[in-house]
Amino acid sequence: MKKLLYLFLSVAVLIPVFPAALNAGDADHSRFPELQRKFTRPEDVTRACLKCHNLAGKQIMKTSHWLWSRKSDKMPGRKGTMVEAGKKNIINNFCIALTSNEPRCTSCHIGYGWKDGTFDFTDESKIDCLVCHEQTGTYRKFPAGAGYPADVRKLFPGNNKWYDPPDYAAVSRKVGKPKRSNCGQCHFYGGGGDAVKHGALDSSLGTPTREVDIHMGSDGGNMVCVDCHVADKHDIKGQLYSVSSDNQDRLNCERCHTIRPHTQKLFIDDYEAKEEMGYDIFKNKLYKRKKPEDTFIHRILDKHFDRISCQACHINRFSTQKPTKVWWDWSKAGEKNDQGKPRKIMDKNGHVVYDGMKGEFRLVKNAIPDYLWFNGEASHVLVGDVIDATSQPVAINEVEGICGSEKSKVWPFKVMRGKQPYDPVSKMFIVPKLFGPKGSGAYWADWDWDKSAAAGMKAAGLNYSGKYEWVESVMYWPITHLVRDRDNALTCNDCHSRNSRLAGLEACWIPARDRSLVLDVLGMILFFGSIAGVFVHGLIRYKSGKKEG
Amino acid sequence: MIKKIYMYKKFERFWHWTQALLIFFLALTGFEVHGSFVLFGFEKAVILHMYTGFTLIILIAFAIFWHFTTGEWRQYIPANEKLRDQVRFYLVGIFRNEPHPVEKTVEVKLNPLQRLTYLGFKVVVIPVMVVTGLVYYYVAHGDIHLHTVKWIAILHTLGAFVLLSFAVIHVYMTTTGPKLTSHIKAMFTGYDEIDVGDK
Repeated sequence: MKKLLYLFLSVAVLIPVFPAALNAGDADHSRFPELQRKFTRPEDVTRACLKCHNLAGKQIMKTSHWLWSRKSDKMPGRKGTMVEAGKKNIINNFCIALTSNEPRCTSCHIGYGWKDGTFDFTDESKIDCLVCHEQTGTYRKFPAGAGYPADVRKLFPGNNKWYDPPDYAAVSRKVGKPKRSNCGQCHFYGGGGDAVKHGALDSSLGTPTREVDIHMGSDGGNMVCVDCHVADKHDIKGQLYSVSSDNQDRLNCERCHTIRPHTQKLFIDDYEAKEEMGYDIFKNKLYKRKKPEDTFIHRILDKHFDRISCQACHINRFSTQKPTKVWWDWSKAGEKNDQGKPRKIMDKNGHVVYDGMKGEFRLVKNAIPDYLWFNGEASHVLVGDVIDATSQPVAINEVEGICGSEKSKVWPFKVMRGKQPYDPVSKMFIVPKLFGPKGSGAYWADWDWDKSAAAGMKAAGLNYSGKYEWVESVMYWPITHLVRDRDNALTCNDCHSRNSRLAGLEACWIPARDRSLVLDVLGMILFFGSIAGVFVHGLIRYKSGKKEG
Repeated sequence: MIKKIYMYKKFERFWHWTQALLIFFLALTGFEVHGSFVLFGFEKAVILHMYTGFTLIILIAFAIFWHFTTGEWRQYIPANEKLRDQVRFYLVGIFRNEPHPVEKTVEVKLNPLQRLTYLGFKVVVIPVMVVTGLVYYYVAHGDIHLHTVKWIAILHTLGAFVLLSFAVIHVYMTTTGPKLTSHIKAMFTGYDEIDVGDK
């Protein structure tokens, strides 16, 4: 009888545990009664989600994904002053600024309806749960819909693609942990197209091989974005210093790899990752990481950890699969073709290098990064900041760091340059209105920079003097994806040689790159002087010996 | 008259040639680490330099032991009475076929100039190289923390240039025996040929 009872009990316990362990999730959304209905508006889906996930709304509203800004009193250059900074009010040298261009830019906001400055950031029903959590692959936001999917079947002229309204009910019944495609549909296409912005974050990470990225490669670690970019109460870790400023919430490799990554095994090797972390971070069981070794050279590599970011060596090149923009000259925009449409010029690989709407581009593929000291802090030019255009290029963001300071490490960067409009009287970068209907001042409708500047600056609540000039600008984008294994990382000589990758880096001392020229010249004089000396001495001995002999 | 004398004992010869080889190889790998040329590749050059360096340190430890147990260290005590004569000999006398001012014997193997040079070699150059080399190694290895290895590297390189120059002159000086190859042969066989004049 007792045995029977134990059997019954253990089965009763196992039934709910087993499916949970197998499916990673513990709820089957397709069986929720709240989702067995027709949804006509996306907000209704959100309300249904929030009925059960009743804390998610408040959590989301604190995140950068929702606010597109973050409060900081630690931004270099204005420490002690509380500023709000983020995508919302930071200048860049791609499409320059958000304000006045919302419906287009906010098609990548995790909300619905941020079409201008009046968007209500406290309305929980405006949260787009589906864009991050849907698993059907059918949910898409309309590219110029302020975050909404298409309400009826619509063509987006920008890419000439048709967009269908989603089947909200079907999508809502199949939700889960974000996949690469969830993150990727915005983050792969930043700057208006695949690979445009980041240089190391593009659709090649959708289904990569380990040659592309060792962690995400399906024949490598087969990890997804959120395996590293873990979330705490919907706040996802990881900072991008084209918009971030503080040394906080950063992701680091040592979370798994330890601070002595070349000689120690992974933290997650130390225990059953499945039990401790809730799921197996390495889905691909076939993938075996090469064992770290405790050799002289591996210890030296470990020592590099103090000064060199993992990325500096393990990201050999950026934009390995897709070309990225490194130059964007807005001043060249405006040319039309014979049909009166914006002119487009392609390079031999079919990539646009001139667009009448946007100006001139330069692209690079498989490029060598620039290297800078970086301590996790970056300053930014915010909308309305006065800039000094006397020395160009004007830095839109600047990363802090110096050799020898505790937190500073050498990081690889994609450096983005370009020309953009600026008001020589108020000395501000101009916030141009690019996107909008005819008569709104939008450059892509009215083709007049003066009107575009006036409309954009008005929306930003700033004065426009009526004069604009073109100013060259530069932006620094730390590179942290497209990680390669040890066989494809940099070799010593890449940095340790006279004209190495780090040739331009102001560093304490890099053996083989650095030398004392004075010492080398004096040393050579000593060496060759000795040779010449003994040669002359020997010659005189030889001659005088002959005389006497 | 030329006399054959058993000048260099087995260990002495072994020590000399091993040290010569090690220093030559240290210079080769060291100047690659310095960035002067690429031969093995930086990584291999560092490893080889490191192993060679530690080998030399072990050899030096044996040599120090040998010097003290045999009393050979006394060879390096400066004896400056005839220093001027020795310098004059190399600058003038050698061209006039004059005899060496100091006779080379088993007890006094080194002339006053050699005594000073080798003393400097042993108490300045080699210690500086060993110490800076070890510091460099332990900084790279993570056991010593320095803001920069700049001055360690510069000092180590300076020592290397001094050793290079030493090697050139040292090799040349071997030709100043009774025959050009007398002294080199001696370091292989142990038997040196000494011109004892008309005695």
